[in-house]
Amino acid sequence: MNPNPTSIDMATSRRWPEEGITRVPAWIYSDPGLFRRELDEFFAGDSWNFVGLDCEVPEKGDYKRAWIGDRQVIITRDADGVHVLENRCSHRGGAVVWQNKGHARMLTCPYHQWGFNMKGECRGVSLIKGVHGEGGMPPDFDMKQHGLRRLRVAVVGGSVWASFSDTVPDFETYCGPLAMKRLRRLMPGRPLKLLGHSRQLIPCNWKLYYENNRDPYHGTLLHTFFITFGLYRADSRHDTSPEQGGMHSVNVAAPGDRQGDGSFTKELKRFKDFKLNDMEAVKFADEYGDGEMTAMQLFPSAFIQQHANVLAVRLINPKGVRATEVDWTYFGYADDDADMQRIRLKQANLLGPSGFVSMDDSELLKQLQRQVDGYPDSKAVLEMGGRDVKPQVTMATEVGLRAFYDFYRQRLGL
Amino acid sequence: MAKRPEIHQNWPANFSPTHPSSPMSVSSPTAAISASELQVLRQFLEDYADTLDAQDLEHWPDYFTEDALYQVISRENHEAGLLHATMHCDGLGMIRDRAQATRECTVYEPRYLRHFLHGLRVRSRSAQGLETRCNFLVIESTSDEEPRVLLVGQYLDTVVHTEQGMRFKKRLCVYDNYRIYNSLVFPV
Repeated sequence: MNPNPTSIDMATSRRWPEEGITRVPAWIYSDPGLFRRELDEFFAGDSWNFVGLDCEVPEKGDYKRAWIGDRQVIITRDADGVHVLENRCSHRGGAVVWQNKGHARMLTCPYHQWGFNMKGECRGVSLIKGVHGEGGMPPDFDMKQHGLRRLRVAVVGGSVWASFSDTVPDFETYCGPLAMKRLRRLMPGRPLKLLGHSRQLIPCNWKLYYENNRDPYHGTLLHTFFITFGLYRADSRHDTSPEQGGMHSVNVAAPGDRQGDGSFTKELKRFKDFKLNDMEAVKFADEYGDGEMTAMQLFPSAFIQQHANVLAVRLINPKGVRATEVDWTYFGYADDDADMQRIRLKQANLLGPSGFVSMDDSELLKQLQRQVDGYPDSKAVLEMGGRDVKPQVTMATEVGLRAFYDFYRQRLGL
Repeated sequence: MAKRPEIHQNWPANFSPTHPSSPMSVSSPTAAISASELQVLRQFLEDYADTLDAQDLEHWPDYFTEDALYQVISRENHEAGLLHATMHCDGLGMIRDRAQATRECTVYEPRYLRHFLHGLRVRSRSAQGLETRCNFLVIESTSDEEPRVLLVGQYLDTVVHTEQGMRFKKRLCVYDNYRIYNSLVFPV
């Protein structure tokens, strides 16, 4: 699970294939040096990362632990709103918060009992004056200089985003207009309700998981469940839009907007005429009035997804070169009626570690990691839908992957 | 030290050796149950585990009533009162659907599964049936890796007597895992 410490930094001795973005070399999924750069320059660098929903910390004094790459942070709330702090004591670096969720008047590091308020300001240093006049902190020690590091925060429609960077543009500029529009469609400010979490550890490099969501091509082929119920079909309208130079991706599918007579899907050899006893688990109630479903990625760690009536944010937490935690946050709206809540809970059977659809992906990616490990000099071919990075109105395309690697190579100088 | 009786019917109903405010950490009170009924219950639970060890999805729905609730849910969600479950079947129709979709519609690596049951407690008896709890441990062996703990937790069940024998009216598989290793393909 940990980066192999004895391995040499392969990135220094290997080159990207001459063909450019239509090829992806397998070594990028197993190189520990490259992985460290990705954590530092992407997750902890100039990016915005999803850390939770503000309804997860509804009251003053509530907190939640979260991860940005391999760095722990805490989401807190006080009278001034939501804050995101490093979960790292300013004294010796200990984890201040050990619980995933909790409520406290002060955040106190267990190691030496330094105390911090919900903004991370240092409010107490044990034995600061020493004992019986001996020891203690120097007289000029200033607690104000020793708070928990605060991250930049953006709260959009109930979702909380944080950045370690002082230089990254504001969240809205970072996302760009299309991604913001799609995000606001799901989170317009209507109060959200947390339905629950689900987590899985997929034994693959985070980029294999990241690519999978950008790849609408596999959706109609690997995922028999989708095809069977017409939830996602190759003959439906599908917009595939790389955004902000390939950094983000916005995919929109309209399952009812179909061309032809359906004979195309019937030709797929794995199509089965298969009926469910409880059709509520797949029946799409068009709650936004546009007949659309959305899957979008906000680089580097968030997938925001509306599959029929399941709403979820998937957070990618790389746990090693070959290990990716996917943390699913399922939500609805506070004013959902009992029927809509029941439908969301039922339809969630499609996603997550036991999802009729997602299960195919986690199973496949585990196998794929072994292949890239075993054949590091091999390369993937990305020519479906052409060789460029322009948005396309089809799912028979790999433009999202090409655009991502265009961005990736520029950012890392590969 | 006195040996604990096999069946705890003589313990007071409010028996609780630890702090009562954390329900998951206290020993459960037990209801009166005859040795023969307990034997039938144990056999029922073992049969269910055997059916899943055999990956016999065709017969898995036979253990449930028509209106059964079946969930595989994290302890984190369950204890916070959150409703989302990793597997959620509201009624026998959805239980049959999960069985069929797993067989027909999903792609997964071959694996062996072994269910280990321990610590059965009959917590109460009501008009609904028997409220029972039992620890489970599921070990998974995939086609080319060492066995690993796939899931560990507790079944929280409501078991009823029917003309066909015992059935689950409710089976919550509450798992302690913070996260699931890769996929949870089969029901628990």
